[in-house]
Amino acid sequence: MISSSNNPSSNRSLNWVLLGIVVLLLIIPLIFLPEAGFEGADGQIETVISQVNQDYQPWFEPFWEPPSGEIESLLFALQAAIGAGVICYIIGFWNGKRKAAKKSSAA
Amino acid sequence: MKYRVTSLWVVFCLLFLTPNAAYAMHIAEGFLPAGWCLFWLALSAPFVIWGLRSIRKTLQANPNLKMLLGLAGAFVFVLSALKIPSVTGSCSHPTGVGLGAILFGPAVMSVLGCIVLLFQALLLAHGGITTLGANVFSMGIVGPFVSFGIYQLLKKRNAKVAVFLAASLGDMATYMVTSLQLTLAFPDSTGGYLISFYKFMSIFGITQLPLAITEGLLTVFVFSLLYNYKEEFLPGLIKNERSGPYDFVK
Repeated sequence: MISSSNNPSSNRSLNWVLLGIVVLLLIIPLIFLPEAGFEGADGQIETVISQVNQDYQPWFEPFWEPPSGEIESLLFALQAAIGAGVICYIIGFWNGKRKAAKKSSAA
Repeated sequence: MKYRVTSLWVVFCLLFLTPNAAYAMHIAEGFLPAGWCLFWLALSAPFVIWGLRSIRKTLQANPNLKMLLGLAGAFVFVLSALKIPSVTGSCSHPTGVGLGAILFGPAVMSVLGCIVLLFQALLLAHGGITTLGANVFSMGIVGPFVSFGIYQLLKKRNAKVAVFLAASLGDMATYMVTSLQLTLAFPDSTGGYLISFYKFMSIFGITQLPLAITEGLLTVFVFSLLYNYKEEFLPGLIKNERSGPYDFVK
C-alpha cells in the first residue's frame, strides 16, 4: 500500500516552499553577519594545520591555479552552468517526449 | 537478509554520525602527508571499480536510465560549484551526491564524485590530485553510503522525509569524514588526536549545518521534479511500480 504522502509529486506548492527556505538560508547569514569575511572554509585549513603542527609544509603544488579570484569564480560559474544546462536539457527532453506522446495518442 | 543489510547500514551510519559536526570543503593539494594520500587512495580505488561495474550493469539492464544517470552527475556538478555563505561567516559548498546515491546506489556515486573532484582539482585548484583518494572517500563513498542507507531505511514511511534526511545527513557525513582524515594526519603536537579533532570541529563544525539543510531541500525539490517524468525515463513501467518510492538498485 502506498499512501499519498509517499508520492513525491503530490504537492507542488511544497516545492516552492522548499525553494523559499533555501533562499532564506542563503540570505540570513548575509544579513546577520555584516562584518564576516565569508572566505572559503578550505582556506582556513592552513591556519588550523599550522596551529596543530607547526612543522608541516605542503609537499605538492597544483599543476595550474586560476591566476585570479575572478578567473576562479568564472570556472566555478562554468561548472554550475554546465551542470544546470545538462539538467534542464534532460528535463526538457522528457517534457517534449511526454507532449509528443500525448499528441500522437490524441490523433 | 534484508534485515541484516539494514542493520549493517545503521551501524555504519552511527559510526560516522555520532559527533554531529562537520568540516568544510575538500582537502587542498599537498595538505595531507604522502602516506595518508596513498592510504585513502588504496581504500577508495576498489569502490570506484565497483562503481564502474555497477554503472555498466545498470545501463545494460536498462539503457533508458542513461539520461537519469547524466542528470545525477550534473546535479553533483551544480551543487559542488555553489559556495554558499554560512552562519559561521565563512563559505562552503554542498556535495550533491545524495540524489544519485538514492537513485542508483552508493557505488555509482564514487565514480561520479571522482569525476567532479578531478575536474575541480585540475581546473580550479580546489581539492587536489594527491588528496583525490581522501576526497573521493569522503564525498564519493561515505556520503553516498550514508544517504543510501538512510533512504532505504525510511523510504517506506515517507519518501520526501527520507530523501531530505538522506541528502542532508550524507552531506554532514562527508565533511565529518574530511575532518577525521585531517585529524588522523595532524594530531595536535601537545594534546594529540582529541585536541586536534576538537580544533578542526570548533572552527568548521557549524559551517556545514545550514548547507546540509540546503542540500536536503534542493534534493527533495529535484527528486519531486523527476518523479513527474517517471514514465519518460522508464517507458513501459508497470502501473504499480510507477507510484511508489523509486530507486534502481538491483
